[in-house]
Amino acid sequence: MFYIYCPYCGEHREEEEFHPKGQAHIERPKEPEACSDEEWGNYLFFRDNPRGVHHEMWVHAVGCRKFFNVTRHTVSYEILETYKMGEQPSITADSQSQAREGAAVSQQEGVRA
Amino acid sequence: MSNAATFDTRTDTAIPVESPLAYSYRRSGAPQAGGPSRLQLRERAMLGHLILRGGAIVLDEAVRDVLGISLPGQPQALVQDASGERSIQWLSPDEWLVIVPGGEEFPLETKLREHLGSAHFAISDVSGGQTLVEISGEAARELLMKTVIYDVHPSHFPVGKGVTTVFGKATTIIRRPSEDRWELVIRRSFADYCYRWLLDAAAEYGVNVQQ
Repeated sequence: MFYIYCPYCGEHREEEEFHPKGQAHIERPKEPEACSDEEWGNYLFFRDNPRGVHHEMWVHAVGCRKFFNVTRHTVSYEILETYKMGEQPSITADSQSQAREGAAVSQQEGVRA
Repeated sequence: MSNAATFDTRTDTAIPVESPLAYSYRRSGAPQAGGPSRLQLRERAMLGHLILRGGAIVLDEAVRDVLGISLPGQPQALVQDASGERSIQWLSPDEWLVIVPGGEEFPLETKLREHLGSAHFAISDVSGGQTLVEISGEAARELLMKTVIYDVHPSHFPVGKGVTTVFGKATTIIRRPSEDRWELVIRRSFADYCYRWLLDAAAEYGVNVQQ
C-alpha cells in the first residue's frame, strides 16, 4: 500500500485515492504531419520500462483530481519524490547512480585509511 | 457580464421535489434510538451548492464583495460566515465548493457573474447533484474511523478542514465545521448507499435520524 504525497493537496493520502497514468514527460511532437512513421509510432506506443528509477504520471482521482508526477523505483517500489506538472524531477536515474558511485568511492577510501 | 446562459432551477411552478434521501427514508426508514443515543444523523436537504472554478485572486475578490467571506487559499480549508449558514471549501487549486441556504444559489451566481465580468472563470450549480448529511454526537468520530480511509483524529482533522476522500466505496466530501459536528457531502446517485452504510455502521451506537 502506497502512502502518496499529493503536491497540490500538500499532504500524504492513501493509494486508493490515486490512479497511475503511465510514463511522465512524454511530449507530443510539435508537428505531427512532419513526423516519420517511426517517430509517430514511438511517441504513440513505445514506453520506457526501466529497472530502477522511473518517472510516472499519477492522478489524485478522489482528491483534488489533479495530475502530478511521481519518481518511483521499479524494484523497491519506493516513491522517491512527487512533483507538480510542468516541473522537472530532482531525482533521476543519473543522479542516483552518481550518488551510488560517490558512496562506493568513499567506502574504498575508508578501507584504505 | 458574460454571455453564459443561466437559469434558476427553482421555479414558481409547484413541481414536487424530493431530497436525494427521500427514497431511502421510504425504503430504510429513519431509525430512532429508544434509549440513549450517541449519534445523530440529519440531512440538510435542498441547500444551494455552487462549484467555482478559476484563479484564486480574481474569485477571492468577487466572493468577498458578494458573500463577505474570503476564499480559502490553503488546501483542505473550509471557511464559514458568522451564522455558519454559508461556507466555502477548497477542493482543488482552482476549484471551490460554495454551500448557501436553499434559494440563495441563483441570485448568488448571478451576482458573481456580474462581478466577475469577462474574467476567466466557471460557476456551476450542482445543488441537484449532491446533498449534505450532518453527523453529530459523541460517536461521530468512531463511525468515521471505521468508514473512511482518511485520518480523522483531531490532531490531523481540526475544525475548519474539509477533504474529498473515500467513504465506504463512494467519493465523498467530509468536513468539520465545528468541534462536535461533521458534514458529509454525498452524490445524489450514492445517497442511498451512503445512508444505508451510515445506518448499518451507526446501529451499535443507537442512532437517531432527524428528518
